[in-house]
Amino acid sequence: MHGFMTLFKKEILRFWKVAFQTVMAPVLTALLYQLIFSHVLSQHVEAYPGVSYTAFLIPGLVMMSMAQNAFANSSSSLIQSKITGNIVFLLLPPLTALEFFGAYLLAAIVRGLVVGAGVLAVTAWFGLPLPSHPLWILAFAALGCGVLGTLGIVAGIWADKFDQLAAFQNFIIMPLTFLSGVFYSINSLPPLWKTVSHLNPVFYMIDGFRYGFFGQGDVSPWLSLAVVGGSFAALASWSLYLIGSGYKLRQ
Amino acid sequence: MTHAISIESVSKRFGSLQALDSVSFTVAQGEFFALLGPNGAGKTTLISAMAGLSRPDSGHIRIMGHDTVASARQARMTLGVVPQELVFDPFFSVREALVFQSGYFGIRRNDAWIDELLHKLGLTDKAGTNMRALSGGMKRRVMVAQALVHRPPVIVLDEPTAGVDVELRQSLWAFVQELNQAGHTIVLTTHYLEEAETLCSRIAMLKKGKLLALENKDKLLAHSATREISLKLAAALPASLQPLKVREADGRHILQLADIARLEDVLRELRLAAVEVRELSIHETDLEQVFVKMMHGGRV
Repeated sequence: MHGFMTLFKKEILRFWKVAFQTVMAPVLTALLYQLIFSHVLSQHVEAYPGVSYTAFLIPGLVMMSMAQNAFANSSSSLIQSKITGNIVFLLLPPLTALEFFGAYLLAAIVRGLVVGAGVLAVTAWFGLPLPSHPLWILAFAALGCGVLGTLGIVAGIWADKFDQLAAFQNFIIMPLTFLSGVFYSINSLPPLWKTVSHLNPVFYMIDGFRYGFFGQGDVSPWLSLAVVGGSFAALASWSLYLIGSGYKLRQ
Repeated sequence: MTHAISIESVSKRFGSLQALDSVSFTVAQGEFFALLGPNGAGKTTLISAMAGLSRPDSGHIRIMGHDTVASARQARMTLGVVPQELVFDPFFSVREALVFQSGYFGIRRNDAWIDELLHKLGLTDKAGTNMRALSGGMKRRVMVAQALVHRPPVIVLDEPTAGVDVELRQSLWAFVQELNQAGHTIVLTTHYLEEAETLCSRIAMLKKGKLLALENKDKLLAHSATREISLKLAAALPASLQPLKVREADGRHILQLADIARLEDVLRELRLAAVEVRELSIHETDLEQVFVKMMHGGRV
């Protein structure tokens, strides 16, 4: 247990020591999206009845930032440790696979939540109403970060080089997050693209998270919870298996 | 008594390379043991297998009786490894690195021992310095400290003095000898054979994944060793001694003896021939000669 706590603390300090880059930068990026999209689109789109586009955009941006940063935290920490070789300091001690996984996961969730809180703080005054279901908000925030944090662990273990990780980020994570209904309600899409969006687990994270704010979404929050929870369970088992078997970590 | 390290028929293959080929030996508790061999002999692979960084294809390794696969946690608790490659976490200071390393081993409040390690390794005034700002030698010292945070009974140092200045080498060995005297088992690999010769009591030599020799150091030196004597004589070398002569240098005859006891015969021959001896010296074989000889295919 102390091994887990130590690694968790180390992972928190790792991103916190460079918070300007790991927290402030994504908050600024989200703020820029908010400024530009709400300026361009606020007159034209009303995503849900009674919800302005400006307000609609905020939870999407918060969730997207959380997801991307949770992924970035675990994946970049692992690949850096692997490439510089200092991962050996984690492989020599008697840390269990669960401790190893838990520490990277929880640190990724914390980074995601800190960034999410930051994005919320700078965008909320664009007209976000008071949340109607705070518990849904918390549940989807934690689970969403958990899914992407776990995916980050898998990617960090799998990738041998920075460019492989960058490819994973640019060709898998970015499309999944951008095409998940961050900027639009999928009900506005043509039927084919609507169906495709339903295959994207990130869509359910954002939809469920948004439900917590507005009390309405494209699908039921319970369905979203099931998809996001199921994705998390599957990825977590996979990740634990990889760590336990020593895949790419122990020869 | 349980062996500090017990290696039983360990084999490991990487693709077409047989990195370890059925290697077996044991290291007793309290020994100072050297693992020698040229690059690519399998030393680091063997150490990785001891440390659980790689898994043998077959065979077993036990550290203080704990199997490195079946009882991996206990085996890791009893082993401290200083890896060969110079690695560090650039985000943290020396003290942070040591506190974290203690934590990974489940140890809280390790400050007294960390302070002692810092002191012994001459790192006290660098405790607050970021790892990035340290010289290579200093980073190496931190790696030694990291390997010792959990006071392991068995310590493995993989080329700890490669590329390190003389002063550090000496202080490092003094510290490691102190640990050995306090009862820790030490295993080291080194390219500096005189280090192995002065420090270690027993030596294993690996070549291409195979164990070539495993001996008490003195024995290895003694029976590998044809000794050489150098003689400066007042007259010519008697004919009876000509067969022993290997060369001449600076007006001295260099004779090779199968055994040091043969010296008596040489002196008798000289007395009989009434040749006066002006100078006589005996050259002991050193580990380097044994090593080179073995690595070129000669068996001891």
